[in-house]
Amino acid sequence: MNQSDVAAALRQVLPDDCVLARDEELRPYECDGLSVFRQKPMLVALPRTEDEVRDVLVTCRRLEVPVVARGAGTGLSGGSMPHESGVLLSLARLNRIVQIDPLARTARLQPGVRNLKVSEAAAPHGLYYAPDPSSQIACSIGGNVAENSGGVHCLKYGLTVHNVLAIRGLTIDGDLVELGGGAGDHPGLDLLALVIGSEGLLMVVTEVTVKLIPRPQLARVVMASFADVQAAGNAVAAIIAAGIIPAGLEMMDRKATVAVEPFVKAGYDLAAQAILLAEADGTPEEVADQIAEIEKVLQAAGATAMVVSSSEAERLRFWSGRKNAFPAAGRVSPDYYCMDGTIPRKNLGPMLKAIEDMEARYSLRCMNVFHAGDGNLHPLILFDANTPGEWERADRFGAEILELCVRLGGTITGEHGVGIEKINSMCVQFSAIERDAFLKIKAAFDTTGLLNPGKAIPSLARCAEYGKMHVHGGALPYADIPRF
Amino acid sequence: MDVQGVLNELRERVVSADQQRQPLRLRGAGTKDFYAQDAGIAATDANVLDLTLYRGIVDYEPSELVVTARCGTPLSEIESALADRGQFLAFEPPAFGGDPTIGGIIAAGLSGPRRPYGGAARDFVLGATLLDARGDVLRFGGQVMKNVAGFDVSRLLCGSLGILGVITEVSLKVLPRPRAEETLRFEMPARQAVEAFNRWSGQPLPLSGAAWWDGIAWVRLSGAASAVRAAHERLGGDRADPTEATQWWSSLRHCQHPIFQSGASQANDMTRGRTLWRLSLPDTTPPVDLPGEPLIDWGGALRWYAFDPQSGAGPRGDEPRKAASAAGGTAMCWLGPAPASGRFHPLQPTVATLTRRLKERFDPHRTFNPGRMIAGL
Repeated sequence: MNQSDVAAALRQVLPDDCVLARDEELRPYECDGLSVFRQKPMLVALPRTEDEVRDVLVTCRRLEVPVVARGAGTGLSGGSMPHESGVLLSLARLNRIVQIDPLARTARLQPGVRNLKVSEAAAPHGLYYAPDPSSQIACSIGGNVAENSGGVHCLKYGLTVHNVLAIRGLTIDGDLVELGGGAGDHPGLDLLALVIGSEGLLMVVTEVTVKLIPRPQLARVVMASFADVQAAGNAVAAIIAAGIIPAGLEMMDRKATVAVEPFVKAGYDLAAQAILLAEADGTPEEVADQIAEIEKVLQAAGATAMVVSSSEAERLRFWSGRKNAFPAAGRVSPDYYCMDGTIPRKNLGPMLKAIEDMEARYSLRCMNVFHAGDGNLHPLILFDANTPGEWERADRFGAEILELCVRLGGTITGEHGVGIEKINSMCVQFSAIERDAFLKIKAAFDTTGLLNPGKAIPSLARCAEYGKMHVHGGALPYADIPRF
Repeated sequence: MDVQGVLNELRERVVSADQQRQPLRLRGAGTKDFYAQDAGIAATDANVLDLTLYRGIVDYEPSELVVTARCGTPLSEIESALADRGQFLAFEPPAFGGDPTIGGIIAAGLSGPRRPYGGAARDFVLGATLLDARGDVLRFGGQVMKNVAGFDVSRLLCGSLGILGVITEVSLKVLPRPRAEETLRFEMPARQAVEAFNRWSGQPLPLSGAAWWDGIAWVRLSGAASAVRAAHERLGGDRADPTEATQWWSSLRHCQHPIFQSGASQANDMTRGRTLWRLSLPDTTPPVDLPGEPLIDWGGALRWYAFDPQSGAGPRGDEPRKAASAAGGTAMCWLGPAPASGRFHPLQPTVATLTRRLKERFDPHRTFNPGRMIAGL
């Protein structure tokens, strides 16, 4: 199918200004938040209603043209990187808050609504939407559903899958699917859980109903300094072992604090090798009790200094450095590559040590920002894409971190998704029969294979290919994969 | 026999059943035999795949907040291991007066009174292992809180009633037991209780249960002692005797409340034509137009209606299903003769189609639990 035929077909179902075809119009869509992976789409469709989304899907299905759905384009795994001969389906114009029901504590949203806007709209009722990815000022709720996004408060409040009550969406055949609902339990298989985090491979979401929760009366954060990262890692485990579930529990190493401090002036202790941020929320009495307990545990775990936020402004200032860690990395280095593995908390120490060794081996610096409470790591590998060979080194560095995550009992992605970026690492985490199960699920929803092809779930052939390139110490990994 | 031997035997049984087109009825402790769309295949020695021998806690690390156990592990064993370390399963799975296996608990996906505030069974599933129709063992998810690699098959398995295969192992998130707990009682009619539950749920209060029966609203608070105290002061109400409160929540959680007429009398119920309906509704739904007074749980989102033909009290036929649908919810005929529309609430056509396609791909010969979720599937 050539571009002008597909454009003509789409213009029969969409107004002219909803179909972009010129090179300069397509250029802004060539990548998402992971800009090392770029591909200009054949066309961009910008439907304004669910009916128009259906028309786009049915048209693409008829013409056998791949469709890649995109929200705000803030994703960090290249999940919405376009297909060269496909339509990039932007849901940005479906950006209406359909309804906020304060008594039922729910919000019905079109997929293009920004994450933060949900909490802003719910604020007059004393409610908010809990998942808060760092990109929350820009990222869309539809994208959050596609990625099962997390944030800094997951340990206590869960991920997107724990906070979405229902979704409406369309299959590639244009069939409407309604999953979940306002009522508690639902008969049948939990397809809602399956679709959340499915990275646009199963269906296109056209409406999302989320749970709103009461805003805690008060939140305060303890900022603790540690003389070594290992001690900070142990302190995290000690807090959990003490029966405390903080609202947020984050760690930054010195490389990260040094990078962000000039940028945000958060007041971080730059002498410390690592700092921890532990937040307590709830009633004033509860917060006071929990802060005291956290301080006691951190003290015993060897904290060299502790500051407790004394005002909301100060709390936000402490967090601002954490939330701005990625942009800060961009200030200290021409490029950075953000990893997203998760490991059991007890392995934080060995993981940090291993990353240090890798820095030397790959001759690249890496700053570490962790959702320590839930073992989710965001090592930021610093590199310069203009220096020949640096991106390749960064890529291998990242892949090695992910392989170690799997070996340490964790996963290659905690919240950013597989996308195109970690497609090879999927071969490390899952066996051929497990990947085959994923492909069966894909086929059950999308018999054509046209929705976001080549992402999230590698084909068996791809893993075999990757296995050939990637031999450790002479031993061929993934021995179970058929080789051709 | 060691656990590996047990697993190998299960695999052989599955492969041979699949090859011989001999359907299997997966069974743990059998506490949920009634929880099925139709009678399915007969429970004979040849048909039942007994999963109780594949048991034992594989891994439990309190500081990781994760427990991993084989499917046949009894709930009592897991709860006692967790209690030793001050932790618990926050979704409060029902035991129905018995000792269900963890595999059965996750396969059914049922949750207790804490569900609206603490989360449902599926919210605590971190990983699961599936024995499929070819006898392969597949691992999904893992033991970490955040994991988005691949489709979320472990949550799909929660509530799958074994129709996709045998859940042989699960990893669940556990939580520290609340430091303090208190139950408040309020005398109020159902309408007022539902309204109050919803209003309170929108406030920053440490709620962990909200139920109503026979003119009394029961509200449970759990958390830091200071938070529970402050919430009590704010809400008022009468503090329930702790023993009575424990019994009350336990009777809801384990379906042992008088409305359930559980145990030996279930068979009796069937012959008498007594039915019990479980309505899952948006929690703000005002009292639905059905005869008789419901038992209300989940802050209004779960309502039980009983019908006794002897006294003629309660709703008839599939009236509850129609009422639930009209309110935007679903209804299951929990006990007693099921109506023509089925024991479980009918699925929407597109959802039914997707379910069939998944079943066909995972279990093409319909070896696992035919009819358990959808008649004929």
